[in-house]
Amino acid sequence: MTVRETGHARAASLEFHGVTKRYGRGESAHGAVNDLSFAVPAGAICVLVGPSGCGKTTSLKMVNRLIEPTEGQILLDGVNVMTENVTALRRRIGYVIQQVGLLPHLTVGRNVAIVPSLMGWSKQRQSARTDELLSLVGLDPERYRGRYPVQLSGGERQRVGVARALAADPPLMLMDEPFAAVDPIVRERLQDEFLRLQHELAKTILFVTHDIDEAIKMGDLIAVMEAGGRLAQFGSPDSVLAHPASDFVAQFVGEDRGLKRLSLVTIADLSLEPSAARPGLPTFGPGTKLRDALSVLLAADTSGGVALDDAGKPRGFVTVDAIASALAEGRGTVANP
Amino acid sequence: MDLIAATAQWLADPLNWQGPNGIPSRLMEHVALSGVSLLVAALIALPLGLWIGHTGRFSWWIVSTANAWRALPSFAVIGLLVPFTTVIDPDLGFTLYPTLVAMIVLAGPPILVNAYQGIAGVDGELVEAARAMGMKESQILFGVEIPIALPVLATGLRLAAVQVIATATLGATFGFGGLGRFIILGDANRDNGELFGGVVLVAMLALATLGAFLLLERRLVSTGLTRRAAG
Ligand SMILES: Nc1ncnc2c1ncn2[C@@H]1O[C@H](COP(=O)(O)OP(=O)(O)OP(=O)(O)O)[C@@H](O)[C@H]1O
Ligand SMILES: [Mg+2]
Repeated sequence: MTVRETGHARAASLEFHGVTKRYGRGESAHGAVNDLSFAVPAGAICVLVGPSGCGKTTSLKMVNRLIEPTEGQILLDGVNVMTENVTALRRRIGYVIQQVGLLPHLTVGRNVAIVPSLMGWSKQRQSARTDELLSLVGLDPERYRGRYPVQLSGGERQRVGVARALAADPPLMLMDEPFAAVDPIVRERLQDEFLRLQHELAKTILFVTHDIDEAIKMGDLIAVMEAGGRLAQFGSPDSVLAHPASDFVAQFVGEDRGLKRLSLVTIADLSLEPSAARPGLPTFGPGTKLRDALSVLLAADTSGGVALDDAGKPRGFVTVDAIASALAEGRGTVANP
Repeated sequence: MDLIAATAQWLADPLNWQGPNGIPSRLMEHVALSGVSLLVAALIALPLGLWIGHTGRFSWWIVSTANAWRALPSFAVIGLLVPFTTVIDPDLGFTLYPTLVAMIVLAGPPILVNAYQGIAGVDGELVEAARAMGMKESQILFGVEIPIALPVLATGLRLAAVQVIATATLGATFGFGGLGRFIILGDANRDNGELFGGVVLVAMLALATLGAFLLLERRLVSTGLTRRAAG
């Protein structure tokens, strides 16, 4: 098990080995999670995605032992979580849920400081950390630390929830539909901010959603689950979109999976015919998503555009055909996490 | 008109404010015995209610019993106790003990039921989130459940306090002291001023107690629970 030192935070690897959870006995026994196995390397976001009732929340809660598995093992940094002291284990796992679970009788500042105070940090260190985290999630500490949860908007509450989960710098974060309770515009902003944050923090994250688009956007890895708590497919978003393992997965990711892949592949991933500068044609930076490039090409009604390299020099000629064939050949692949 | 004048006159008479049978000493008796009963009742009912609220264990049995208890008329409880308490002490067993025990027995159920309902009513997701952060069960009870259930707990204590003050008044029928004495004596002496003076004093004590509890509640309950949501 490799433990990676990333910035100021340590991330942990997470492994599921044949994890099963059954409720009830005998005749009425039913499996909520069935023989689930996968591994998430330290610092990666793994998204559990699937239809309602397929066992996503149950899987998540077995990691911090809110639910105990019937069979199998979950290893955090190679250590079976069942062998650890349960409160110590939970204090080093950040937990964010849809309803956020902020304690209504405590201020935002005290909410963020819950785990540090449980761990006996000094008041001074707690408040310094609280302010640091509020700033990190885009809330001005001066304005927000003294407020109560009822005095926040839904989006602000989610940010506080994320700040609180990060408080003791946990090597693993569990997030259960953390952005589901806010409207689509706020959700998109929270997702973008979170990805930016994760870029710096590089935590290991197990993220639950039932929204395939969110899974594709957030995940370095996605685990598609199907009814009965079975793992239908595990892999990078691009590989799941390009090569669905079953009819269920193909249907779940949607008929438009080809189009969805356009958001995962960038201009830099294309191999192109060299091209000189062509005044009048649109230009695309290396980070431009194929989806946006295609949109520009279709709207501008031109035969193509010019791809630029990191230095801003023309690198090649981009056409609608080039984009289509890149997807068809599965050549455009996302950089590994 | 006569009644009000007579009551006012009785209340204003300096003689009624003196000695062991005067208003201040009767008031002190009433307050002391009510306070002691409430305290004893709370010491028994509060931990029990908090425990069944937190664990959910035996809750159906205990709450049903407490609610049935609640329906008992105070007067009947005192009367039923007399034969037993006089065995222990023939003197006080007829006056102090039955009333005291009745006060405790009747104050318990509202405290217990509200403690149970308050704690059991705390959002399960919230409790689970607290547990997921590594709070121990006692930390969840004292740091999450009690503060959030405080308004409900306080209502139980407030109801019990008023109940106790009323029961203490009834105790006068059995020779128990307190403000009820004025009502009994006023009735016996056909002195309406004293009778209604006693009634007014009991009512004022009950209102003052209510007010004190409400003030305390306002101080103790987090503003995060009482503020209205952001617009
Ligand atoms: N305590 C329980 N007793 C019995 N069955 C349960 C219990 N908890 C969950 N289940 C069942 O286990 C299955 C998985 O539940 P889970 O909450 O993990 O689903 P989910 O994938 O998170 O769904 P959603 O997207 O709706 O949140 C469901 O069929 C549910 O009915
Ligand atoms: Mg769920």
